[in-house]
Parts: sequence; C-alpha cells; structure tokens
Amino acid sequence: MFLRVERLTKRFGGLLAVNDVTFSIEQGKINAIIGPNGAGKSTFFNLISGLHRPTSGTITFKGRDITRLPANERAKLGIARTFQTTHLFEQATVMDNVIIGHRLRTSSNLFDAILRTKRHRREEQACKEKAMEVLDFVGLTDVADRMVANLSQEQKKRAAFALALATDPELVLLDEPAAGINPDETEGLEELIVNMVQRGLTVCLIEHKMSMIMKIADRIMVLNYGEKIAEGTPEEVKNNEAVIQAYLGGSAIA
Amino acid sequence: MAILEKRRLWLAALIAAAILFPLFVANGYYVHMMTISFIWMIAVYGLNLFAGYTGYLSLAHAGFFAIGAYALGILTVKAGWPFWLAFAAACLLTTLIGVFVGLVALRTKEHFFAIYTLCVGYIIYLIIDKWDSLTGGVRGFIGIPAPADIGPLSFQTPAAQYYLVLFFLLVVVWIMHRLVYSLTGRTYIAIRNSEELALTLGISTMKNKLASFVLSVFFTSLAGALYASFIRFLGPDIAYVSVMFDFLTYLLVGGIGTLAGPVVGTLLVTFLSQQLQFLQDYRMLIFGPVLTLLIIFYPHGIAGGIIRLKAKRGEARRLQLEARQASAELAAASRQERSERYAKEG
Repeated sequence: MFLRVERLTKRFGGLLAVNDVTFSIEQGKINAIIGPNGAGKSTFFNLISGLHRPTSGTITFKGRDITRLPANERAKLGIARTFQTTHLFEQATVMDNVIIGHRLRTSSNLFDAILRTKRHRREEQACKEKAMEVLDFVGLTDVADRMVANLSQEQKKRAAFALALATDPELVLLDEPAAGINPDETEGLEELIVNMVQRGLTVCLIEHKMSMIMKIADRIMVLNYGEKIAEGTPEEVKNNEAVIQAYLGGSAIA
Repeated sequence: MAILEKRRLWLAALIAAAILFPLFVANGYYVHMMTISFIWMIAVYGLNLFAGYTGYLSLAHAGFFAIGAYALGILTVKAGWPFWLAFAAACLLTTLIGVFVGLVALRTKEHFFAIYTLCVGYIIYLIIDKWDSLTGGVRGFIGIPAPADIGPLSFQTPAAQYYLVLFFLLVVVWIMHRLVYSLTGRTYIAIRNSEELALTLGISTMKNKLASFVLSVFFTSLAGALYASFIRFLGPDIAYVSVMFDFLTYLLVGGIGTLAGPVVGTLLVTFLSQQLQFLQDYRMLIFGPVLTLLIIFYPHGIAGGIIRLKAKRGEARRLQLEARQASAELAAASRQERSERYAKEG
C-alpha cells in the first residue's frame, strides 16, 4: 500500500470539511480527486501534505503512520505538493525560486553559510544542479534567469512543478494545475504529468477540467460535501448516478 | 561578471572613504555623528535580517538593544568585570533572552507577532525604567568605561572608537552578505515568501525562524553594547518605542530586505534630521509627508527601488534583444524563401 487514508475526518468548528473518507493512492498511477466547489478537496490535500491535522482517522505512507507528522517531515519522506496559487516569489528569478526546492536534502546550517564551508559549497552546487535538472524536465531552461513576475501563467505552473520535483518526491500532489490556463497549454501540462508518471512518480491531482481528468486519470475519487460519493475508473465515475446528481443537481434521468 | 567587478569597486571605494573619513574631517562632531550612525546601522542590520529577509516584523529590537547596553554597563560598573569579557557576556546574555522570547513569540504570525513583540519591547522598557536598584531608573546609568585596550590598540580617542565601531559594522555587513546569498539565506527568504510553501518543501520553519531571530537579536545587542561604551551614559529612553521606530524608519527609507538599505537609510535620515535641527519638532512636518510618499511610491526603500529599476531595465533590454533576433531570423527566412523561388522560376 503506497498511501492510505483511513476514515479521515476534518472538522472546522461546526463545518465538516472532510467526513470519514477512506481512500488510497496507487503507486505509479495518476489519481484524481474531483468534486464541486467546497467539496473539501483542498482540505483533503492539506491533510495529506500535513498543513492541517485531521480531527480523526489515519494516514499511512509506505506502511508508516504519518498522521501526526508535520508537513516538513512528510516532504522529507517524499510527499511534495503544489498550490492553486503558485506561491512563487515573483521578484526573483525562476532559478532562484527553484534552488530552495532541494534544500531539504541538504544539511548545511547558519555557520556553514557564514564560513562558506566545503559542505556548504558542495550542497549549494547540488541544489543548483537539481534545479537545472528539474527546469529541464518541465521545459523552462530558457527562462531560468527570468523574473517569475514576467512569466506566463502556464510557465508559473511549470515552475511550481519544478519546485515540487526538486524535493526528490515519490508522490506529487497537484492542486488544480490547469486552473487559469488555456486549452493548448492544458494539453502541455497533461503531457508533463504523464511524463512524471512515466518517470516513476505517483501523482494525485485535484482538477475541475473534466476533459483533462477523463483523459489522463487512472482512478478518480469524487468528493461532495466532504464525503466520498464515488470512486473508480473515469468510465465508471462518468456513469455514476450519484456523481451526475452532485454535479447537475436533482435526478439525472432525463 | 562586469557587474560584480563594478560592485566590488564601489564597495572598496566606500570602505576606503569610511576609513579616511576621520583623517579628513577635522570636526569632531561629525566623527561623533558618524560613529553613532554606524552603531544604529548595526542594529538596523539586525532588524533587517529578521524583518527584511525572514518576513517577521519584530518591534522588540529596541528592547534588545537596551538590554545589550545595560548588561554591559551593569557588568563593567557594578560587577567590575573586565571590559571585553563583559562585552561578550552582554551580547550572549541578550541573545539568550532572545532565544526565550523567540520560542514564545514565534508561535504567533504576521501582525500578531508585531503586536506581541511591541509588548515585549515595552515590558523591557518598563523593567529598565522601574528597576531602580539595578539600572538607576530614570536617573540613568553613568560611568561606563570606554573599550579597554587590546594589546597595543587603545580606544580612548574618538577616532579610535570610530574605527572600532566601523570594524564591527564591516563584520556584520560581511556576515549578512555571506548569509543572504547562501542556502540558509535562501531558506529565510523562502519563509518570508510563503511559510506554507516552505513547509511543504521540507523546511522546518520554526527552527529557521528561531535561528534568524536569534542572530538578529545578537546583532542588535552588539549595537547596544557598542552604544553603551561609546556614549557611556544610559537612560531607559533607549528601550522606548520611539527608538524602535527610528530603527524602522532607517530600514524603510533605505530599503527593507536589501543589503545596502540599513547604510543608506541611516545615513540619509540622520543627515536630514541634523540639517533640519533648526526647525526643532516642526521638522516632523517635513519628515512625515516625505516618509509617507516614499512608502507609497518606493515601498522597498531607496536601495530596493534602485534594484528593481535595474532589473526592469535588464528585462526590457533582454526583450528588445530577443525581438531584434526574431525579426532578423524572420528576415533571413524570407530572404531565403525569395531566393529559392527565384531559383525555381529560373
């Protein structure tokens, strides 16, 4: 079992954001989470990546219980994520943004930095090389020296991917990667995601663009009001009565 | 590379000017003013490390400045410790207090952190003001010795003290320079940029924030200890909120989160307030609007504004170059097409 979520619940005061969800992410696959706005998808991601603590339930990653582990420790275990809004530092270059992605695999501290020790120089070099490697993978080598503020929305998304990939992850959580970009660019991102899986990574993504999900996802989970209402292959989910109801409202029989 | 060389040249010239300053300026008053400015700069660098590079506005730093100053005073005068031992102990003690304050304060974020540290600063002021038997309270604390000799080096003259302070300032700038361009500095900037993103990148934000806060307190306590040995008289006023806002003004005018900011801002503001001395308190009528305008139009201060302008120009030049290249390629392609067509038509 790669990542398994068991009876996960998150309550914000009176609001039940995620309710008793059991789900597993399959290794080497593209796992998708869909659902109407406010269904609890992002909260679910925050629970897996460790930004929120669950009210109850457990999360196990590669056989290890990580329910109480802080986000930075989970990243070290190999769980990376991107955000809906990319969170990049706009006033710095792409390269400068991505270098920090490999920081978790380094150990030099304040004193190494001030004294510029061998370890620091070696690790700095490793971070730069890693950044070049992932920028090459996402196709941003040409704009590595550009300021993030001057990139297109799609390029920013790719830079955010690069940053996540620089952490050497095994599982990448993508929160609405195709939001705010045009259909042509979406195709480019689809290709990139498929490439990531072919490289041996496992992907779990939240997305609203159905055409994209139906095309690339191996498995889909559908959330509505914090509850899992369906799970299966794109074909199964597409024809599921409860899903159609959740999206269109009322009865699906027309 | 040319840019780096040019920057190095500028830096060398600046340091040379600072070294030659007391030799060419006979007026002792200016040397005194400059020494004080250097001390403020060290404190502002401390503030800059945490507020500018790590993204947390600490308003307790005047308090740490005062703790450093009073600790030196108390250890030399009341405990009779040798000067340099007391100097080191004063900085370490303040830094230690910084660790404890940081452990609690860093549980809060953003404006809550600012408010919390503002309160810490005020509590420090109150303690200094009310603890008569230790600090002398409102009467002040007098008789602090000047820095003791180190071997053949004596610090009794104003010029010697000027060089001593300059030395510490250069060390602080050097450390800051190393730090900012290192992995550790990048880590701090990542936290400033987005704490959530930093966490999911595997960065222990608490550990890094604490390290940055503690080093920033250390710099400020160093400035405080230097202040005590230079002015040799202390009043509780140095822990007061107005000193804190002076630091902040220097930093904002010069450029928060820039390496040159603390130097530029401190020099400019102290020079201006000297020039406007004849206006007495009315000089705030000029200062206030100027500061407001600066923050509206140059939120990153003078140094930050210049950096951004240069970056923009570089980007524009690059785009222009790319456009020119593209049009040249296009022209070449159409030329080739035309010649091929001619060849075909024979």
